[in-house]
Amino acid sequence: MGVGIEVKNLNAWYGSNHTLQDISLHIPANHATALIGPSGCGKSTFVRCLNRMHETNPIARVTGTVRIGDRDIYEEAKPVEIRRRVGMVFQRPNPFPTMSIYDNVAAGLKLNGYSNRRALDEIVERSLRNSALWDEVKDDLKKKSGASLSGGQQQRLCIARALAVDPEVLLMDEPASALDPVSTSKIEDLIFQLKEQYTIVIVTHNMQQAARVAENTGFFLNGRLVEFEATHKIFTNPSDKRTEDYITGRFG
Amino acid sequence: MPEIRIPEISAHRPKAATHDRGAAETSLQSDVRRFLLSRGNSAWTDRGFHGLMVLCALSIFGIVGLIVWQLIQRSQLSWHTFGFSFFFHSFMDPVTHTLSFWDPVNSQFSALPFLYGTLVSSFLALAIAVPLAVGVAIFLTEMCPRRLRAPLAFLTELLAAIPSVIYGLWAMFILVPLLRQYVNPRLVDWFGWTGLFNNDNPTGLGFLAAGIILAIMILPIISSLTREVMLAVPQSQREAVLALGATRWEMIRMGVLRNARIGIVGGIILGLGRALGETMAVTMVIGNSPEIHRSLLSNGASMSSVIANEFTEAVSDMHVSALIEIGLALFFVTIIVNAFAQLLVWAVTRGTPAQTR
Repeated sequence: MGVGIEVKNLNAWYGSNHTLQDISLHIPANHATALIGPSGCGKSTFVRCLNRMHETNPIARVTGTVRIGDRDIYEEAKPVEIRRRVGMVFQRPNPFPTMSIYDNVAAGLKLNGYSNRRALDEIVERSLRNSALWDEVKDDLKKKSGASLSGGQQQRLCIARALAVDPEVLLMDEPASALDPVSTSKIEDLIFQLKEQYTIVIVTHNMQQAARVAENTGFFLNGRLVEFEATHKIFTNPSDKRTEDYITGRFG
Repeated sequence: MPEIRIPEISAHRPKAATHDRGAAETSLQSDVRRFLLSRGNSAWTDRGFHGLMVLCALSIFGIVGLIVWQLIQRSQLSWHTFGFSFFFHSFMDPVTHTLSFWDPVNSQFSALPFLYGTLVSSFLALAIAVPLAVGVAIFLTEMCPRRLRAPLAFLTELLAAIPSVIYGLWAMFILVPLLRQYVNPRLVDWFGWTGLFNNDNPTGLGFLAAGIILAIMILPIISSLTREVMLAVPQSQREAVLALGATRWEMIRMGVLRNARIGIVGGIILGLGRALGETMAVTMVIGNSPEIHRSLLSNGASMSSVIANEFTEAVSDMHVSALIEIGLALFFVTIIVNAFAQLLVWAVTRGTPAQTR
């Protein structure tokens, strides 16, 4: 089961660039939450703060509190523990090219010393089924490299890799922006199924995508959270003028 | 001719100005045109340039060809006398009744001790240099604060610019006495039982000294190539591993070293190529006796060191010919090793892991 996320007064910097300013919001458990906004508005930085990936950049800095479940991830945990509980899928598919499909999915578990072969087989199969890739790759799990798949398959492989460690939250940073329409709709279907088991936060450029998959949507602009509402409300009756302008295509 | 419309165009402009500028432009244009026309079609300069460049390129083949031809030509005598057994035969010394390999006085020549010396010192050098070099590369690409990165990389690469005779001098005056006084006796005490460290050479010269100095000399090439292939690994690979909850070391192992491994192997082999051919520093510290010993503390000789040492003193034709045959063998070994290494490095920096970029 997924857990909820509580963000309070989150600020983030890249060097002297104040990329996130005073973000506070509540992301409910077992729902998909979409974050929209023009390029450079801070939405990617925001999700990277949720698994402490932001600080892997040496010039980055964060203040504020993020509670995932009942823990403050900046006060009460180390980045390594957080990233085990919070999976992430990136904008560009990044499977490990030197590993087989099987090893790609099992990578997170092997990394943490999980060595029960039978259980590993099961987890790999379940993860690949959950990411709707099993039928396409089951015959050459150990023969083909992760890089030999098509772009859309690679992205679903990356989702399977994230699911294999059974995270509580799944962050997706524009997971479909590098993919063709067919692959994109597969990923969207997948998000629909996955949100029953996981809390999903998805960053997207594509407003239709947000409308299709998410219950709640946040609109970011210039490092601030302009509006955070139920998706149907934000797309039909936004309370902020800037949100309306963005959604109706006046900028962005 | 109805096409000429100059009067109509000029009619739109103020008369005087048009007239002046028009005249200037026409005269300039015709000057430029005259000049350009006088240049002809430049075909012969182009052909000449082309020919010159082809000549430059072909000269490389010419030089390599001449080297090989000369080496083969001049080693005929030894080749016809000893054949393939040149590389592995040994004989009983009639005076000392010990196993010998190389006796210019009695015209007995075998390359075996030199092959052995070259291989032992080179692989010893790899064993020391590879962990160090990979460690340096990891530190430089993944851990080093940005401000220190450039100066440190520059310093490691500066090691490659030091002339090998300087390394040799340093080794003779600093490294060898150190080994003799402090290191070798302890190695004998602690690891003597392996048979690799025997107490029979009090000079401090030998395979170990040669291996260490070679390791320092090949360190920069291995670490700079390793650094290069590690930098070629896309950032997204590192992030992918980190997002799975990896520690820094796990990230480097799974996300970086794994992707860069072919290139790293290439760098190592390139280092091996350099170690195999290195002459001066090795000659100064290896001890220069054509013997085969299991102990790394014993004197030995390498293919390049025997050529450097004996060539000017070789009197008999057979002696010269044998030395040249050793040179020929060394030539082929280093060429093959280097070609193989370049191929591996090229394969990595050109594509394999970059597919996911």
